[in-house]
Amino acid sequence: MSDALAPRGLGRALETFGAWALAIFWVAPLLYCVWTAFHPPEYATKFVLWAPLSVENFVKAWNAAPFARYFLNTFALVTMVLAGQLVLVTLAAYAFARFEFIGRDIAFALVLVQLMIMPDVLLVENYLIMAQLGLVDTILGIGLPYFASAFGIFLLRQTFKGLPKELDDAARVEGAGVLVTLWRVYVPLARPTYIAFGLVSVSYHWNNFLWPLIVTNSVETRPLTVGLRVFTAIEQGVDWSVITAATLMSCGPLLIAFLLFQRQFIQSFMRAGIR
Amino acid sequence: MSKARATIYGWLLLGPAFVLLAAFTHWPAIATLYHSFHSTARRNRPSVYVGLDNYQGMIDDPVFWQALINNFWYAVGTIPVSIGLALLMALWVNEKLAGRTWLRLAYFTPTVLPMIAVANIWLFFYTPDYGLFDQIRGLFGLRATNWLGEPGTVLGCLIVMTIWKEAGFFMIFYLAALQSMPPNLAEAAAIEGCGRWTFFRRVTFPLLMPTTLFVLVNAVIGAFRMVDHVVALTAGGPNNASMLLLVMIYDVAFRYWDVAYAATLTVVLLAILGTVALIQFVVLEKRIHYR
Repeated sequence: MSDALAPRGLGRALETFGAWALAIFWVAPLLYCVWTAFHPPEYATKFVLWAPLSVENFVKAWNAAPFARYFLNTFALVTMVLAGQLVLVTLAAYAFARFEFIGRDIAFALVLVQLMIMPDVLLVENYLIMAQLGLVDTILGIGLPYFASAFGIFLLRQTFKGLPKELDDAARVEGAGVLVTLWRVYVPLARPTYIAFGLVSVSYHWNNFLWPLIVTNSVETRPLTVGLRVFTAIEQGVDWSVITAATLMSCGPLLIAFLLFQRQFIQSFMRAGIR
Repeated sequence: MSKARATIYGWLLLGPAFVLLAAFTHWPAIATLYHSFHSTARRNRPSVYVGLDNYQGMIDDPVFWQALINNFWYAVGTIPVSIGLALLMALWVNEKLAGRTWLRLAYFTPTVLPMIAVANIWLFFYTPDYGLFDQIRGLFGLRATNWLGEPGTVLGCLIVMTIWKEAGFFMIFYLAALQSMPPNLAEAAAIEGCGRWTFFRRVTFPLLMPTTLFVLVNAVIGAFRMVDHVVALTAGGPNNASMLLLVMIYDVAFRYWDVAYAATLTVVLLAILGTVALIQFVVLEKRIHYR
């Protein structure tokens, strides 16, 4: 709501209070997690201001599971998926935006189907396909179903369509071929869209769980989320300090990146949402 | 460029993406339908055509109905509350209250976490005796509750976690819509002596309708698709009290290796998602906004 009707006086004070109360309530679980992870286990539920800080829990968590390997796997997965997506999505989006080819509308409708039916809903059949391709328990097997992202194609097509067609013609007059035009004219101009899509994609695949859980079965391929699962158990006497440390560690890089570039992140998610 | 040339270029550019899309979306969807009409291949017993037997079995399966009903309540429990909170958050963040950047950060941060991490954090709150909820209850002399172990409370626990994770995500879309609203609307309303609540009810909310629809569709899809926390925390238990459709598919397929039944259940899930898509399409055609 804009300034003309913005709350004033007591109303404004009350709303500010409400907004902050909700915000504190919202971050409390996370703050709690940070508290427990950085303090010795005896302070897990005892909130004493001068409780000694320690990184012991992180050391224990790091040694409790092959986290170095999981980090490597997640990093490889996220990079591979993003690289594959960027190439495929760019080519497809360009085809939809600038070529009036036979069957375009049907092809586009078939692409949009994936917005509703993501590969992780069809997990049984996709597992069978991966088994046939011999890709079960490989990082490529986790990533491959996501390479052709309908979401990315849609987003980039919108951007490409919004660029003036004259640029295209000018490039062609200069003698540039289709791929050169795409690379020299379209890709640089669509940079904000690429950043938005990249951040959304990296966050999604860093956090993805069910499909990687199904298709991997060894330490060599498991990403962080699947590795973290061993710490999720409803049992008495589990060490909460270690669990919270492991949890924070697993989302650490993404969380820190988000906190550092939060404006960029939030704007990317916004941009990705408006269609 | 001639149509023939455009067609060649178009399909060459689209080709790689389309092959993968067909392999991992279209083909599996068709294969699911095919498998739902066949029996599961076992040792010495190849898969045969069984007509509607799998569907009959599904209708006779009380677990299926429970999963469907649970999923319905799970959707009803998560969607209106998270959309309402998201709208409230967006209005507050958009209002230039003190420290709005921090507010936005606080609301949005849970969205960046993996669902499995969210499960770990909330697991601690729900743990009997030791967990935060029971410690607070203990202060009032209430007895310990096994929040995730009781059929009566488990679904509610999962709903709360999901709302916490998703509201901030939906807030973003409302925020984007609010920021693109022309400020002269509010100015005109102020001159006319229109109150804030009336302005929200008569102007802002109707103008946000397309966003609400978009968020609603995403939330419904999410309620059927996002089950990481259920798989990790309860696996559908206790006594199927938190069994959701996709959890059941996972269970049937990868614990009992009953591909045919899993395919039959997947057909139901696809039908639900397809219906959502259809409703979205029809409503969009009718244009529920007044632009």
